[in-house]
Amino acid sequence: MNLTTALARLLIFPGLLFAVPAAWFFLWMERKSVALMQGRIGPPFMQPFFDFIKLLGKDTPPRRGVGGMLMKAWPLIAVSAAAGAVGLLPVLPSRGGFEGDLILLLALLELPSMCIIAAGFSSGSIFGEIGSAREAVLSVSYNVVFLLAIVSIAASQHTFSLSALALLPASPLRWLGVLAIIVCLPAKLHINPFSLPNAEQEIYSGPMTEYAGPELAMWELSHGLEWVAATGLVATLIAPQVAFWGLGVLIFVGLCFGLVLLLSVVAAATARLQIDTTVRFYWQCTLIFAVLAVASALFMRFKS
Amino acid sequence: MNLWNKLMCYSRRHSPWLFHMNGGSCNGCDIELIASLTPRYDAEQLGVRLEGSPRHADILCITGPITHNATNAIKTVYDQVCGPKAVIAIGSCPATTNVFIDSRTLEGPLSKHIPVDVFVPGCPPRPDAIIQGVAKAAEILAERAGKKQPIAPVVPVVMPLVGPGCGGACACGTGAEAKEPEIVGKSGEMRSSGAEALIDPVGFIRGMNPPPPSGLNSSATSSAEARNEEVQA
Repeated sequence: MNLTTALARLLIFPGLLFAVPAAWFFLWMERKSVALMQGRIGPPFMQPFFDFIKLLGKDTPPRRGVGGMLMKAWPLIAVSAAAGAVGLLPVLPSRGGFEGDLILLLALLELPSMCIIAAGFSSGSIFGEIGSAREAVLSVSYNVVFLLAIVSIAASQHTFSLSALALLPASPLRWLGVLAIIVCLPAKLHINPFSLPNAEQEIYSGPMTEYAGPELAMWELSHGLEWVAATGLVATLIAPQVAFWGLGVLIFVGLCFGLVLLLSVVAAATARLQIDTTVRFYWQCTLIFAVLAVASALFMRFKS
Repeated sequence: MNLWNKLMCYSRRHSPWLFHMNGGSCNGCDIELIASLTPRYDAEQLGVRLEGSPRHADILCITGPITHNATNAIKTVYDQVCGPKAVIAIGSCPATTNVFIDSRTLEGPLSKHIPVDVFVPGCPPRPDAIIQGVAKAAEILAERAGKKQPIAPVVPVVMPLVGPGCGGACACGTGAEAKEPEIVGKSGEMRSSGAEALIDPVGFIRGMNPPPPSGLNSSATSSAEARNEEVQA
């Protein structure tokens, strides 16, 4: 265990110093690719950065009491959880440093959406509350599949350790699990067709309706970091191990890039689904495959 | 001006987020505002985003002649937009109340209720004029960095391309040749006494529409005239 390595991973790569620009880059890429697919030119390269800086310079409405303090706290918790999740990804071969496992990563990935639910309810806005309720329902529907997929991967490879998972060669069952995770990603990132919680123009901005200025900037950043963490998780699971670490980093970034493009294509090609359709999609169509994956993983484990 | 302020100005100019509000519009200007975001005009190149919540917005876009019912809503929404903020009056209606000038259901024009930064006249204005107005408002926002919201702000009038869509009732100049958009004037002056020298929207409409025959609806007419005097003063 080496403190310097742990700090370097959390603060430099794949932590904050890499993750924040990567978050902006992914946000830009999503907007730009959607624009290109719609036949537009789209926002300039630095757009998410400009948005962030501009939001930092805006006023916030006065907030008083415990509710106000909570409202200020939620975005900060969300950002730190998402940044921590990115910092845990075993991109570089770890020699010492803090090694979190899959369970910690899942908890950190789940925290931002918990914060969104809490933020909507503590804002006191009716639209925020509707958005939070939708987020909660969405979270219940995709998380069953998401967790089962992770469990199947861990069970088939006999480990919950992230770095061990990254080192092991992928089994066919892991591919099934990865596929289930990818199906869950649009819901996790609130993009079409599962953009229910922040359904713009429908319930204003959902849980974010009352947020302004720096707090909103933090929400945007946490959204970007969630992109990096979620695509990074999938990239870690499918990236082949290479001897040279620089090449490993390149492969990691390239895979994330490809995933963002894939998700943007899905977002641009689909329209928002209703809440009951969404729940039905995850509980009826996708759940069967996730259960099959877990069952076969456990079966193979007992057989061996 | 230090580096941070420069960066902030630059960011404000490049990331105007809009909130659109209808103050009793016929929906013509609303359609044009949405058209400015479509692939043909693509305002997102300037960083424009149409936001769902007024809390997120920098620029408040108001259409319509401000009906009695919309007045309080507009004031509330204006207060909900966090500073620094700018207001664009889209179309001739919020600037002058347009052809509805003598209606007793109106409380317009918009500048009676909240400070307006940019007028984009037209009935409806073309999407490129709206985009130019947004760009102008973003510049005003950038200049406003770190300062308090002024009570009587700079009010440039964006003169749009005059096209067949212009019904002639607007303040953009009836039947004029199609010309490049240009900024005509600053109406800190417009709201004060020097109005005639630049543009006098209400008088312009008055000149086009003969006053209603007396005795037809005397009470409404007199109240409208009283209101017009108030506006011109």
